[in-house]
Amino acid sequence: MASFVLVAVLAVPALGALITALLPDRAGRIAAAVAAAITFLLTVLLILTRDPGAGWFAYGPRTGAPPVVPWAQIDVAWIPALEVDFHLGVDGISYPLIVLTGLLTLLCCGYTVKQVPAGGGSGRTLAALLLVLEVGILGTFLALDLVLFFVFFEVVLLPMYAVIAGWGGPERRRAARKFVLYTLFGSVLLLLGVFTVVVAAGTADLLALAGGLGLSRTTQYVAFVLFALAFAVKAPLWPLHTWLPDAHTEAPTVGSVILAGVLLKMGTYGLIRVGVGAAPEGAAWAAPVLGILAVAAILIGSLVCLRQTELKRLIAYSSVGHMGFVLLGIATLTVTGMQAALIGNIAHGVITGLLFFLAGAIKDRTHTGLLSELGGLRETAPRLAGLLAFASIASLGLPGLAGFWGEAFAVVAAIERGGPLWTTLAVLAAAGGAVTAAYFLRLLRRVTHGAAKPEPAQPRVQPIEWIAWSPLVLLALLIGLIPALVTLDTHAPIIAITEALR
Amino acid sequence: MNGTAVLGSALPGVPLLVGLIGLLLNPGDDGRASRRTAAALGVAGAAIALAVTVVLLGLDDPVEGSIRWIQLGDLAVTLTLSAGAAALYVALAVCVVALAVQVYSMAYLHDDTRYAPYAAQVSLFTGAMLLVVTSGDLILLLIGWEVMGLCSYLLIGHDRRLPEAPAAAVKAFLVTRVGDVGFLLGIAILGVEAGTFRIAEVLAHDYAAGPLTAALILILAGVAGKSAQFPLHTWLPDAMAGPTPISALIHAATMVAAGVYVVFRLFPLFDRSPAALAVLGVMAAITVLLGALSATAQDDLKRVLAWSTVSQIGYMTGALAVGSPAAALFHLLTHAAFKALLFLAAGAVIHAVGTNYLSRMGGLRHGMPVTFWTFVIGLGALAGVPPLAGFWSKENVLVAAAHATEGGEAVPVWVAWVVWLAALVGVMITAWYATRLLLRAFFGPPRADEWHVGFGDASSAAHQPLAPHDPPALMRWPILVLAVPSAVLGLTAFLPAFRTALELEPPHLDVAIVLPMVLLVTGVGAAWWLWHAVPGVDPARALGRVRPLFASGFHLDAVQDRLVVRPVRALASAVRAMDERGVDATVESTGVATTRLGTLLTTAHRAALPRAVVAVFTGALVLGVVAAIYGSRA
Repeated sequence: MASFVLVAVLAVPALGALITALLPDRAGRIAAAVAAAITFLLTVLLILTRDPGAGWFAYGPRTGAPPVVPWAQIDVAWIPALEVDFHLGVDGISYPLIVLTGLLTLLCCGYTVKQVPAGGGSGRTLAALLLVLEVGILGTFLALDLVLFFVFFEVVLLPMYAVIAGWGGPERRRAARKFVLYTLFGSVLLLLGVFTVVVAAGTADLLALAGGLGLSRTTQYVAFVLFALAFAVKAPLWPLHTWLPDAHTEAPTVGSVILAGVLLKMGTYGLIRVGVGAAPEGAAWAAPVLGILAVAAILIGSLVCLRQTELKRLIAYSSVGHMGFVLLGIATLTVTGMQAALIGNIAHGVITGLLFFLAGAIKDRTHTGLLSELGGLRETAPRLAGLLAFASIASLGLPGLAGFWGEAFAVVAAIERGGPLWTTLAVLAAAGGAVTAAYFLRLLRRVTHGAAKPEPAQPRVQPIEWIAWSPLVLLALLIGLIPALVTLDTHAPIIAITEALR
Repeated sequence: MNGTAVLGSALPGVPLLVGLIGLLLNPGDDGRASRRTAAALGVAGAAIALAVTVVLLGLDDPVEGSIRWIQLGDLAVTLTLSAGAAALYVALAVCVVALAVQVYSMAYLHDDTRYAPYAAQVSLFTGAMLLVVTSGDLILLLIGWEVMGLCSYLLIGHDRRLPEAPAAAVKAFLVTRVGDVGFLLGIAILGVEAGTFRIAEVLAHDYAAGPLTAALILILAGVAGKSAQFPLHTWLPDAMAGPTPISALIHAATMVAAGVYVVFRLFPLFDRSPAALAVLGVMAAITVLLGALSATAQDDLKRVLAWSTVSQIGYMTGALAVGSPAAALFHLLTHAAFKALLFLAAGAVIHAVGTNYLSRMGGLRHGMPVTFWTFVIGLGALAGVPPLAGFWSKENVLVAAAHATEGGEAVPVWVAWVVWLAALVGVMITAWYATRLLLRAFFGPPRADEWHVGFGDASSAAHQPLAPHDPPALMRWPILVLAVPSAVLGLTAFLPAFRTALELEPPHLDVAIVLPMVLLVTGVGAAWWLWHAVPGVDPARALGRVRPLFASGFHLDAVQDRLVVRPVRALASAVRAMDERGVDATVESTGVATTRLGTLLTTAHRAALPRAVVAVFTGALVLGVVAAIYGSRA
């Protein structure tokens, strides 16, 4: 049963994409939405594969390194000659990301049923590409084999390229090319890292590799540098981030949502599962550099936002800052920091997904994304303005909403780590939080306050928009109030990954 | 979790929930129905919270309860409620003021199309403050703390017709948020050292001196932001752009009171750190004088009151610094009563004459006797005229400061002297500007010709009566109700039960009150004499050349602009340029370079036939030679 669900989670969207591509336009879009809905249900159902006797909170002192025990797994020999297995599994670290992927794809496919970006290809093709994307992303989160992980990591690239190049804004081809070339560069490094580890360890099984068992110190250093660079491109970490603003500015709304919502998370997830997991000594060695770069990302990302003039570009740059907090949490290599990073991951996916939906809606209505040409939205479209204010406030990390936990506890984790370097990093990161507030308030002041500038073509929020947005609004509030939803079962796996460091 | 804890959770819970529901109502104006729902929700939220507070006070059983919220690594975050009698008295003040503001706003904003979100935000604001008051966990407290900052932002920016409102709102949020950077770091240090964020365990933890002082001074940054203490007070006068009831809410019971309350809550830690107390004391002394002097020169009625808040909060932090949290809390309670009264009454004045400017008022006591007499009570309490509320609490603060100058407290003696002297001088200046305000607004010749406009959101010009008049019942009653505690709350210091709850000293009416009384009479007399000597002229004219300096709040806005705002903007521009022309250009140039290299190689391969033939043969020859050499060696 459990292995059936695991395979079905990947098979349903793949089949759905195929069927969508064969059907006529409108029917195809509906089929895609149905496939996405089934997939989402299946991702939620994965929780049932968890051993109910295990208890939700496993705290207290432990003896020895506990192995990473997935809730459910399936392990089939795939390429025996290379010792590569088709090994899938789910545990507390990957589960929230899997559900988020299912949810965002469903919302995007549902949104596409009604709203197809103008001036691009057919909506059916877009929906099919979204499903292919979902297969790649889910596969990345499910893979427990390093080579399989790499394969799924790559599957994502081309559909995303097609989504940007096919349905994007005026500069879409250039942006799509930059995206694909930049991330391919990261992939090459990832491939090198994968083979460094697989050759040295003689296995590609991530469960066996967790804790860096059996790898020499030098191998771990080399492997971690390669992994960190590869995932830093994806996450993105300053200064490897410049593909992101262009891709986001040009991508269609659903493309931006998936890109910011879950695609970036492949980088941070990979860093925890593969980078820290397979090369913990390398991680410990590189942690200060990673932490400094993360704080640089926070400060530079938010300062650039303060001087940004375009709505979608601003939100894209805000992602750089937010992912900086996530990476800071990981860099501390403490359990607190890792858990904060996991909450930050999910919160950023939910909130930035919502922000991109809203930015798309505003751009569709007013035909401009320039802050200087927007204004007075709370007079002309009060609901839309209210939602934008909510999303911005959630994104600036207001306590009580989802964004708070990841950012505040990344700072707390840095304080917990102690020492002059990490304390300085904590102070700078916290100051970055104040700048974050500054640029979001500037955004709100420009867009919602002041004189009403362009009369939006459609001031009311459409039913399909309510359907697509309200789950994200609810989740932003719910995760803020009950953050344990995300960290429910993360303690034991994180202990397992970081055990080698203590 | 016992019964009182469940009831106690309703205290912040009900207003927060009501506020969230209210936000779902249509923000636009779609008739009276949604308006009535919004008003009912707002009033019900405050009223239920008030009822719960009264019941809890009656039960006389401290609210204690805790459940685990989330465990992050070794750090436990809990949902802990903890409110003793002192906290419940603060909650009582919050609820009374919130209820008065909700009722008052129904009339004050009777034709505002965005009343529904306004009422909901007031509820959220109230709930957030109650969360700060009842929270027993630092992280939970931080949530209420920041939600209040958000609500102040939303409410200050409410008025769409004021061009300065959005900027003032952003300023309020940002200045307090800058302070909150310190607050978060301070909490993090305390929590990490203790392994928990529960206040009871944090207070019991034995910290090393260094981290403790660092954490407390960082927390003071947040306190300075929220409670408008120097140097983070600059947002408060600008916050007057918000509707007047909001000023009452922010200045009396929420927001500015939160900082003082947090220091009160963590006082056992402060008591162990003389350095933190010294910082607090110096900050308080500067704030008392800065606020009072700035209040003397304002022409805007609301700004006089705003600066007086800055100064009065300084008395509270001063009391904390000299080791008397009880006096601070007592002054917080009396100040909540009389400042809410003053702002609501000021709203009635503005409602009647359609302007904020004192220079356009005068002689109002004839037309609006109720407003006049409540103003007299409020200003009397502010100045500390016996037996009004402010007299007793201020006397408590002065006695505590004087006592600390004799040594024996944790605070250094010189700091106690600074606080005491500043507080004494403050008494005189406060009396002066309170008298000036009263004389300018309510005495002298009426300037009816300048009341040219009706107050837009209160009533349309067509229905504006010619003479200024007392406000309608919905606005009048909250003012009258608040006048009662402003007058008699000070006398509760004689009630043993109240004193025990606050751990307050009994009032001492001995020779120590002579000095403040002399200063009070001097201040009142000076203002009255200036007014009397040259009738109809602003006593502030006597300030002469320092008047613009005081009026601008010692140019600290400009200083803040030069030292913080502009450098950050310039830095942001530089960083953006660096990111686009440095980092991104490098990336782009690798692409361009690769393309150029490709073009170069393509050109090299594109050759006419003779040259190509020569090249091919040359290549074949070279390869043949190489093969021959290496082949012969092998």
